[in-house]
Amino acid sequence: MTWSYLLKRLAMFVAVVLLAITVNFIVPRLAPGDPTAAVLEQLLSRGQQVEGSQDIVAAYRARFGLDEPILLQYGRYLLNTARFDLGSSISYFPQKVESAIVSALPWTIGLLAVATVISFGLGSLLGALIAWPGSPRFLKSLSPALMVLSAIPYYLLALIILYLLAIWTGWFPLGGAYSQIPQRFDPSTLWDLAYHAFLPALSIVLAGVGFWALGMRGAMINVLGEDYLTLAEAKGLPKGRIFFAYAVRNAMLPQVTSLAIALGTAASGSVLVEVAFNYPGIGYLLYNALRSSDYFLIQGVAFFLVLTVALSVLILDLIYPLLDPRIQRR
Amino acid sequence: MNSSLTVKNLRTYFFVDEGIVKAVDGVDLTVGEAETVGVIGESGCGKSVMARSLLRLVVPPGEIVDGSAVLRRKDGSQVDIFSAPPSAEMLREIRGNEMSMVFQEPMTAFSPVHTVGFQISEMVAAHSRMSRKENREYVIDLLRRVGISNPAQRYDEYTYQLSGGMRQRAMIAMAISCSPKIIIADEPTTALDVTIQAQILDLMKELQRQNNMALVYITHDLGLVAENVDRVYVMYLGRVVEVGATRDIFVNPLHPYTQKLLQAVPRLAERQERLAAIEGTVPSALNPPAQCPFFSRCDKAMPGTCDRAIPALTTQAGREVRCFLYSQEQEATNDWQF
Repeated sequence: MTWSYLLKRLAMFVAVVLLAITVNFIVPRLAPGDPTAAVLEQLLSRGQQVEGSQDIVAAYRARFGLDEPILLQYGRYLLNTARFDLGSSISYFPQKVESAIVSALPWTIGLLAVATVISFGLGSLLGALIAWPGSPRFLKSLSPALMVLSAIPYYLLALIILYLLAIWTGWFPLGGAYSQIPQRFDPSTLWDLAYHAFLPALSIVLAGVGFWALGMRGAMINVLGEDYLTLAEAKGLPKGRIFFAYAVRNAMLPQVTSLAIALGTAASGSVLVEVAFNYPGIGYLLYNALRSSDYFLIQGVAFFLVLTVALSVLILDLIYPLLDPRIQRR
Repeated sequence: MNSSLTVKNLRTYFFVDEGIVKAVDGVDLTVGEAETVGVIGESGCGKSVMARSLLRLVVPPGEIVDGSAVLRRKDGSQVDIFSAPPSAEMLREIRGNEMSMVFQEPMTAFSPVHTVGFQISEMVAAHSRMSRKENREYVIDLLRRVGISNPAQRYDEYTYQLSGGMRQRAMIAMAISCSPKIIIADEPTTALDVTIQAQILDLMKELQRQNNMALVYITHDLGLVAENVDRVYVMYLGRVVEVGATRDIFVNPLHPYTQKLLQAVPRLAERQERLAAIEGTVPSALNPPAQCPFFSRCDKAMPGTCDRAIPALTTQAGREVRCFLYSQEQEATNDWQF
């Protein structure tokens, strides 16, 4: 990997994040009026008298720095964001936005990231096997089932799973991430966490596996027509080696691109899974923030999501030359 | 002559929705030890499918439905390649090791995400026991032998980093790496420019002499055949229509198709307004009628004879030809009905 490639990717990352922050800064300010005035007007319209409303607006504008020149506000905002100072949450006041995100983060990473990776691995392998001419017949018949699975929305799947495995049979808990707040990491705590994570993870894996399998199957079918597979066979290589080292290896490239994006959007994409299972992750946090119009928290989570997408694309860019040596020349 | 490979009655059919495409329909082929054989014909005559059939590389919907291919192995034993089950270990041992293949377009035949050296080393490792280091040294030496400069560096490069000629040299290095008895070269020079073509052919000739290998050229390049080949098979629509020593065929072609094929070669000495071409196109191999395959384009066709049956391949003047002009013998009816 060359230094110029590395620097280009890093610059790209910074540019994307900066752009996202800027949009995050501008959009609320495009709305007419200002927040304090809006609240006051609401009170006025209900017939309540507010003494010196003009002064209150001015005082709040000064308090939040809204009376300063726009560029100064922007600079201050950038500086705060760079220090991960995202302001205070309204609904969880006085908790800071960043601490709310940080406390939700481990749950999301532990559940969504792991489930997405499992789904990706399982789906890709299944898709590859379905496309492979030498695989057993029953695998090929899985294709329609996977297609159906990929068409069912994951939140619906979550509800079905919840009904079947938690309500009907009672094998699994209805929701939450733990029986009691974990104090220390010992086997029984881990078991309890896994026990609670199983159903949400299952719904994410099941909902994703069809998508990954179909994508991989398509990529494999393209690769199967390639001369290099015929050559690999003409070389007298064992079947398994042709499958993994040539067919899967080449078909994986587009899959890995999708994985980076899927990991980045996992938090926002699976909001409803966390909601359905009452799982205290980023998605659940976002859901609550939206319900309580907690603008700072919404903004903070949005910033965080942009950051994760940009970060996973950066990581992808950095490992891509290892997967496909043709990339860094371009 | 001691033959390395004897193919009898090879039929490779493709079972598609519209019917059966008889891509190769009863081909006999003999390759002597260290002999150079050419298989020529237009695009779509079935020569590439035949080449792939020899290594059992035909994939569904294609299938070898009949025939035998007896290969004399390195240890002197004889095996029928077509009778082995598709997953037989014996097939894997033969591929690359006893019979290897040079592909037309090395850019697409090499995997883009593996280094050239890795892809050759891997084949060597599949057929021999060498340490990693020995293997690498051996392959670097092979690359040197086929005329690749700076082979130790090239070993770790990818195909897109090599020129076309260099890639084909690497492909040849791979083909000879296990010292096979037979190399099948499927249009090995088509993707190369003329100066490189000559170099590659000379290289193959030289390696053939050193390793005592048989070479089967699958090509539509008559110049290549004239200069490099001992014996020629002329194929048309899945069948061999004429077989003979290269000199005989070029000096005195018997089959009307061979005659037209040779007339179509442009000659610099003669001033020609238009290049001679064979009228019409190759008919479809999908459900072909029981008549001489060349009937529709032949100007010596005899209605009432040529459109009633398929002529048999018969011996005429030191070679074999399939035409009713020379013999009335008909091909036995093909009982392969599906």
